[in-house]
Amino acid sequence: MTRPTTDTTAAAATARSPFRRKGLRGPSWVGWLFVLPAFAFYAVFVLQPLALTVQYSLYRWDGIGASTWAGTQNYLKVFTDPDLFASIVNAFKLIVFFSAIPVVLGLAIASTIRRIAASRLALVARTVIFLPQVIPLVAAGITWSWLLSSNGLINQLMSYVGLDGVIRAWLGDFSTALPAVGVIGAWVLLGLCTLLLLAGMSKIDPALYEAARLDGAGSFREFFSITLPSLRQEIGVCVTVTVIAALASFDIVYIATQGGPGNSTMVPGLEIYYLAFSERQVGLASALAVILTVLVIACALPIQWLTRDRTS
Amino acid sequence: MSRRVQSRWHRPVLAAVLGGTLAAACGAPGSGEPQPQATGSALTAAPTCGTAPVTLKAYFETGFPVPKSLTTEFTKQFPNVTWDIREDQFAVITQNAPRVLADDPPDLMRLPQVSELVKNNLLKNLDEYAKLFGWDQWPPSQLEQMRLAPGGAVRGEGSLYAMGLNFSMTGVFYNKKLAEQIGMAAAPATLAELDDALAKAKEAGVTPIAQFNGGATGGLAFPLQDLMAAYGPPGPVNDWIFQKPGSSIDTPANLQATQHLERWIKAGYFWKDVNAVDYATMMSRFIEGDGLFMFNGDWESGNLDKQMAGNAGFFLMPPVRQDGARAAMSAPLTFGISARAANADCAAAFLNWVATNAEARKIGVEVGGSHPMGPADAPMPAIAPGTVTESTLAAGAQIAKDNGAMDFIANATGAIYAKSWTPNLQKLVAGEQTPEGLLKSVQSDYVSQVGGN
Repeated sequence: MTRPTTDTTAAAATARSPFRRKGLRGPSWVGWLFVLPAFAFYAVFVLQPLALTVQYSLYRWDGIGASTWAGTQNYLKVFTDPDLFASIVNAFKLIVFFSAIPVVLGLAIASTIRRIAASRLALVARTVIFLPQVIPLVAAGITWSWLLSSNGLINQLMSYVGLDGVIRAWLGDFSTALPAVGVIGAWVLLGLCTLLLLAGMSKIDPALYEAARLDGAGSFREFFSITLPSLRQEIGVCVTVTVIAALASFDIVYIATQGGPGNSTMVPGLEIYYLAFSERQVGLASALAVILTVLVIACALPIQWLTRDRTS
Repeated sequence: MSRRVQSRWHRPVLAAVLGGTLAAACGAPGSGEPQPQATGSALTAAPTCGTAPVTLKAYFETGFPVPKSLTTEFTKQFPNVTWDIREDQFAVITQNAPRVLADDPPDLMRLPQVSELVKNNLLKNLDEYAKLFGWDQWPPSQLEQMRLAPGGAVRGEGSLYAMGLNFSMTGVFYNKKLAEQIGMAAAPATLAELDDALAKAKEAGVTPIAQFNGGATGGLAFPLQDLMAAYGPPGPVNDWIFQKPGSSIDTPANLQATQHLERWIKAGYFWKDVNAVDYATMMSRFIEGDGLFMFNGDWESGNLDKQMAGNAGFFLMPPVRQDGARAAMSAPLTFGISARAANADCAAAFLNWVATNAEARKIGVEVGGSHPMGPADAPMPAIAPGTVTESTLAAGAQIAKDNGAMDFIANATGAIYAKSWTPNLQKLVAGEQTPEGLLKSVQSDYVSQVGGN
């Protein structure tokens, strides 16, 4: 570290510190002073809203007028109201699409790209697959709602190959709306997973593969014995990020279906928004938000624990 | 920095900071908000905008040109008045209305459903202006929907809390070319004749009804309410919308209406993908000629006169019996004045001018396509004969005669449309809901929304 000759704030803070003159224990205070600006922002923009949400969840409040104490009633309602509970179930169903598909497919694509790493095709493939991650979610939602509409490209292609019996308004049909929303999410998150896994693969020592090949391992054996175990941490990150994206999903659903038809694609994020801003039940919305936060943490922590690098 | 030294004191500090954060959150939320206003009368004559320069703060809806055309004309006539206008989409206005009215009070604002705003004392009571300007002499049905009993509990009676720039009318638009093709010579005079036309259209391979029902806005509420008006009187439906105690949407007449709608669905009179069609898609398909009828409102008259010149017609929903009274959803384009507005008098003078000035009434009809507010004998601007606008204005007169104006069933509470009508109508289309179940479900949502927040 260089001497902070130009940092007058730090110098002044150091001079003011009573501990500084006395001896060695002082610098800990100075360290906290450095943290203070960032912590102040964290407290005002993260901790306080969190505390307020917990507080609101204990009241009945329309957002403006006087509120009344509700205790745990709002929490009970989340679990007993079939519509609210169904939204939580939908979020878990979305994990299949937002998490399982991108991770499994991402692994397959990343190992394919790794094999052709030297060719120009690899660069093209990487770019194409990562592109959805760059596009704003709203734009992705709009594009896909056109693709999936009753006379959209997907139905045109199906009709072209003779699948006229299957075509429908994918986002407007009770049985297909949630999977259709899931497909949009999978498309968006596939790029992120592929790129993360690819980066992880590039760290694996090529000597391991060489040794395996000398021992007569095929590409499947290589994948399951070397690639997969080495990617434990990357897979952990992918699963964590995508599970959170599934549970806390909002943008894609809001743009593509707004929760319809008939609540079949309602997710907690959207429900919180409707409850707070159109039904003006700020207490109930806050309770659902708190439950969602707890659920996300409850899902993310075990994943972190399971995929932790045991060797370190 | 040694970890041991830190841990001795960082816990208390952290606790203090967290505690402070929590303390800031203490106290029940929502105290210190606007209190009811004193109703002492201060004005002796109808207010004006005076002659000194004044800037009115306004909050309008994006995509609707009427208010801006009116404010421009107003400034032309009264040059001392200038405008500071903010615009947002209606959904945004709906969500922000309470906070904007409380924190950043506009003089004039496009309003969503007003019950909750009145409950929270956010809107100015306009009774005094109504008396001074003589608004209370207008046909009472024009202002009914903007009247609220004390505390905002019941709509349709009590003090006036908002004003309309004009009032819109809904009914059935039709494509004249397609009507000719199926041999429909005149607008259907009874529900049976309408059913007959629908069946003929289906036989001829024409989509009988162009309607939207996707996302969070179930457009089948339009034909449903029209059917309710055909089967029963509008009074009970209005009572329900106005939250009169003890009212129910689950009545025998409404059940007949919902069953009729289900028959239309089962007969395939709507597009197959109706649950994925939004409003804009419906409009573009209807204008392109996909669909014989469309249940919609006169805010599209001007647009259809332009885009389907000479090819679009309009009629009111026909009653079950030929001599039956006609009813229609009809609602004012509501604007209100914040309880904390700086220039309330000038804003009220503007609202009065919109309804009474000949030029302003012309703008209301030509730009907005809807009937102007104001006294029954106020001059009407000349309309080109044969246009949709002409038929919708005539329909407005017919509804006034039959006393058949209804508010929209979607306006009963702030959330009833998105959270109850829409999902239930979408389920009805998919065959996952019965007419009986639909009305019961909506009624139970209504009771829980009206009863307690």
